[in-house]
Amino acid sequence: MSASADRAAKIGDTMLEVKDITLSFGGVKALTDISFDIKEGEIRAIIGPNGAGKSSMLNVISGFYHPQQGEVWFNGKKRGPMKPYQVARQGIARTFQNIALFKGMSTLDNLMTGRMTQMKTNLFWQAIWKGPAEKEELEHRERVEHIIDFLGIQAIRKTPVGRLPYGMQKRVELGRALAAEAKLLLLDEPMAGMNLEEKEDMCRFVLDVNDEFGTTIALIEHDMGVVMDLSDRVVVLDYGQKLADGTPDEVRSNQAVIDAYLGVSHD
Amino acid sequence: MFYREAGDFKTSYASDQQTFPIKLDRYFVWGVLAIAFLVIPFVINDYWEKSVLVPFLVWAMAALGLNILTGYCGQVSLGTGGFMAVGAYACYKLMVAFPEMNMFLVVILAGLITAMVGIAFGLPSLRIKGFYLAVATLAAQFFLVWLFNKVPWFYNYSASGQISAPERTVFDIAVTGPNAPPWATYLFCLILVVVFAYVARNLTRGRTGRSWMAIRDMDIAAEIIGVPPLQAKLSAFAISSFYIGMSGAMFFAIYLGSAEPTEAFGIDKSFLVLFMVIVGGLGSILGSFLGAAFMILIPVLLKNIMVGVLGWPADLAAHIEFLLIGALIMIFLIAEPHGLAQLWRVTKEKLRLWPFPH
Repeated sequence: MSASADRAAKIGDTMLEVKDITLSFGGVKALTDISFDIKEGEIRAIIGPNGAGKSSMLNVISGFYHPQQGEVWFNGKKRGPMKPYQVARQGIARTFQNIALFKGMSTLDNLMTGRMTQMKTNLFWQAIWKGPAEKEELEHRERVEHIIDFLGIQAIRKTPVGRLPYGMQKRVELGRALAAEAKLLLLDEPMAGMNLEEKEDMCRFVLDVNDEFGTTIALIEHDMGVVMDLSDRVVVLDYGQKLADGTPDEVRSNQAVIDAYLGVSHD
Repeated sequence: MFYREAGDFKTSYASDQQTFPIKLDRYFVWGVLAIAFLVIPFVINDYWEKSVLVPFLVWAMAALGLNILTGYCGQVSLGTGGFMAVGAYACYKLMVAFPEMNMFLVVILAGLITAMVGIAFGLPSLRIKGFYLAVATLAAQFFLVWLFNKVPWFYNYSASGQISAPERTVFDIAVTGPNAPPWATYLFCLILVVVFAYVARNLTRGRTGRSWMAIRDMDIAAEIIGVPPLQAKLSAFAISSFYIGMSGAMFFAIYLGSAEPTEAFGIDKSFLVLFMVIVGGLGSILGSFLGAAFMILIPVLLKNIMVGVLGWPADLAAHIEFLLIGALIMIFLIAEPHGLAQLWRVTKEKLRLWPFPH
């Protein structure tokens, strides 16, 4: 079986669909009538020049922004207005463009916080600790240790993340999102500011996450090489409008995209 | 043998995440607890009870409470004095209304009542942060003290406007009032502080504590990861006030015996506890104890040295004491802005590598 047919077999039904999203801040239209979908098991890239509305789109999906018009459908259900933590409970995790780790906490605690939505013991048992709370803590610790192994960050387990170098912090942030065991992972520029080696590592993690855990991934990225290699489908935004949507090859040959983004030779 | 953690290997996650992962630490803590419970009650006298141990325990409890709110959840509060007053007045009303009630229960109920008041005054934290929140909690401080001055129901219409603790018992042993033996009041406070320090440790190391710290470090990310900010902040206010209320109840019923709100629970108390938490170490249970020890025990020590050993006049000693304490606070904060607990952590890290620092 060829590689592409193999991929196609893994991609399932539509998981998340945004329909005619319009988002404006006062007079500024950040997004205008944007519609696209994300299918189960795929890696979906959102690209566009700076200020195109990519991060706003992610913020709409994760419940930070509430669009003036349009609908978000997740797992076949229309989503009402939701708070971010409710979105997290539905199984959507994300990372941020600027690292948003809990700087005073250790790597381990950051990852354990990622499991917040799965932990259930009430305050009383937590106060007593012995019994259900400790048992739950140890169960989740074991799951988190798998992620620590997966990302190869054993050595920094107990280090406060504020002390870690940038590349490592990005990795821990990915780990925290993974710890949530979300169905849909939103990555906002996971490779920004990294050197080549770190980028390669991060690409490997993204592919492995998708492959091993079957997690659906939507990512924003500026490195075209990365985007074209990793993603199954790409949606291109510019000035809050959708320019193109399709496989990397289709997008690469789309004239509007070439004009707006990839650069055009004026001769 | 040196104090170090090298060679102390862990083979299970349970042993890796215990409170004191280093063996010597565990022995030391058990030793301290053994002395506190088994030796001190037999040798304690009035002076040690009234000037050293009971105030230390009372303020350690308050520092634990504020540390949960400010150190762990990152919400600055200047209402500690007011919340202590709530605890004290709740304790007083309960003592008068239910004379037969066990004092442990009275103190815990007083804490619960304070927790509810804390939630009410914690509501602004959902909208405002940092200095602005500090000012909002300042309102709690002044409003509560004013309330206890103005509404006679709280002090049972006593002519002086004061409240005084009647004699109340735990298993037929008096722990409040003038006849309470020193060992009883000391043990009473010790049991409460040890039990609730353990509870604080448990809460801060588990899910609740991580949700507080997540809100403190990066509230947006906390929300995206599934921490409801409303629940996290209000639970921090509630539990913090619970501790502060208990400390207020102990302060009034055990330590002072009788109290008048403006004097006993003024804004200076709020600052005192805040200093304890900052000097001791924000976000550290150990830091709460170290901070309370620093702010309560050092003045006693200095006074004893200057008056007792050097024979200086008491008024001179009192003023020099202020100067020295102020200087010490500054020295400590310059040397280690993250408090005494951090100083200890750094020492431990150095010892781990000792004698080869590289």
